[in-house]
Amino acid sequence: MLTFGTGNKAVAMAVRDAKPVVVAAYPITPQTEIVEEIANFVTEGSLAARYIPVESEHSSMAACIGAAATGVRTFTATSSHGLVYMCEMMHMSAGARLPIVMANANRALGPGWNIGAEHSDSISMRDTGWLQVYVSTVQEAYDATLMAFRIAEHTDVLLPVMINLDGFLLTHITQTFETVEPGDFIPPIATPHAIDINNPGGYGTLTPGNTHFKFRHDIERGMQASIPVIVETEAEFSRRFGREYHLYEEYRCEDADVVIIAMGTLGKEMEVAVDILREEGTRAGAIRMRWFRPFITPELNGKDVVVIDRDYSFGYGGVLAGELQAKSGCQPFSVIAGLGGQEVTYDDIAEFVRIRRPGTEHWFGVDD
Amino acid sequence: MFEIRLHSRGGQGGVTAAKLIAYAAFLDGKYATATPLYGAERRGAPVVSFIRIDDEPIRIYSQIRNPDLVIVLDESIMQLVDVLNGIKPEGKVFINSQGGTEVEGHQTYPVDLTSISLSLDLVLAGNPILNTPLIGAIAKMGIISQDSAKQVIAETFRDERNVEAALRAYEELKI
Repeated sequence: MLTFGTGNKAVAMAVRDAKPVVVAAYPITPQTEIVEEIANFVTEGSLAARYIPVESEHSSMAACIGAAATGVRTFTATSSHGLVYMCEMMHMSAGARLPIVMANANRALGPGWNIGAEHSDSISMRDTGWLQVYVSTVQEAYDATLMAFRIAEHTDVLLPVMINLDGFLLTHITQTFETVEPGDFIPPIATPHAIDINNPGGYGTLTPGNTHFKFRHDIERGMQASIPVIVETEAEFSRRFGREYHLYEEYRCEDADVVIIAMGTLGKEMEVAVDILREEGTRAGAIRMRWFRPFITPELNGKDVVVIDRDYSFGYGGVLAGELQAKSGCQPFSVIAGLGGQEVTYDDIAEFVRIRRPGTEHWFGVDD
Repeated sequence: MFEIRLHSRGGQGGVTAAKLIAYAAFLDGKYATATPLYGAERRGAPVVSFIRIDDEPIRIYSQIRNPDLVIVLDESIMQLVDVLNGIKPEGKVFINSQGGTEVEGHQTYPVDLTSISLSLDLVLAGNPILNTPLIGAIAKMGIISQDSAKQVIAETFRDERNVEAALRAYEELKI
């Protein structure tokens, strides 16, 4: 059905259509509308889920862990300080191989207090074992949320998935989007290690030094196995519902001499910058990274690279730029822009390309 | 692409108005986005919302710098904020005005939305409802169709007086 709504609403509708059994959540700006809408769906009966209002984000993830351990589909949503508050449970959920799906409204961390878009919250969860996808339109927020359940619950993967959408820029914008009837696109969940009262086992038991590494290595196996599962899921989604997604999205890259790389809404707005640069005679292209974990290294083929990070690792640099450099060997012009909702326009992005100096870092708006 | 910047005060319904105008454009078969600019929200503080309407999917998330139309829901804001900042040379201005305020250099459409609402006793939490008459006025300017304007009001507001408010603003706006 073609409809019109916010990024938050699209996530909530995708969750309704994926039919989780347990939703445990705690509100936080700018995510609150997601869990409000889901609470409405539960109240009106369009989603037959148990909605558990909890006292904190640590508890919302703990409740999802408990529910997912029994083998049911679970969902939660959070943002910023809520996400970092649940950090311990982030490691627990991935380590326990529980296919929980969560939406994160990307928002800066304080102090100074700020509710604007920034990727530092989710990037700081980089090493937990969660898959992370970054979306750039309301439609993609809906589609990626639906696909997240199928990917997380796939028995080759069995890892939690986080859908990241830029706070306010995407959570609060109103756009056209189309919902679908998922049918058997998302098969019934079948967690192989679900708690079975007729076959008791230990959960979270001691794993000494002679076994612990095997479980860690197995998480990485699941992470690597997720790549073909993501490809297959996106292909099947396209076959059934007609909308195409890839591990990363290329825009006018074929003959490009320089590519701009970013995630989230900047990854969409930069297409306009590419069009402007092309009109000026610069053969520019754009690569919008969708999956941050697993990390998919794009084909760069010796092109000049401008990376825009809406995050920063203090004492290191822009995280996306650093990872791209490490994996591909490129020498990016690393731009730090959009922190805390800092306004970045397509004109600004075009200017990043014009002033690029490969191998250096540039903080947008910092003059000294 | 047609770009609208809407200036209002917190509590006046400017954010909702932006969504409703974009929704009407969606019903017209266009691509549309409505974006509120959030800061420290408080009643009475100046608030800005953005609406984009196009025949193609809209890829822009940043603020509107060069609007085709500026809507001012409270003309006292004009003493605090440069509402004309960046407006296109041929850009138009809609002002909710009791005194028929005109802006020099730009075609101005003053309509007294406040009096229309008050005369129909359309008041919410102490504020006159400006959304519905505004939609009537925007339809008169040809930015959204009459049919979509009616549908948006019918779907969003149960009270029939909202339709009447839109019709009165439609009549009062002089093209």
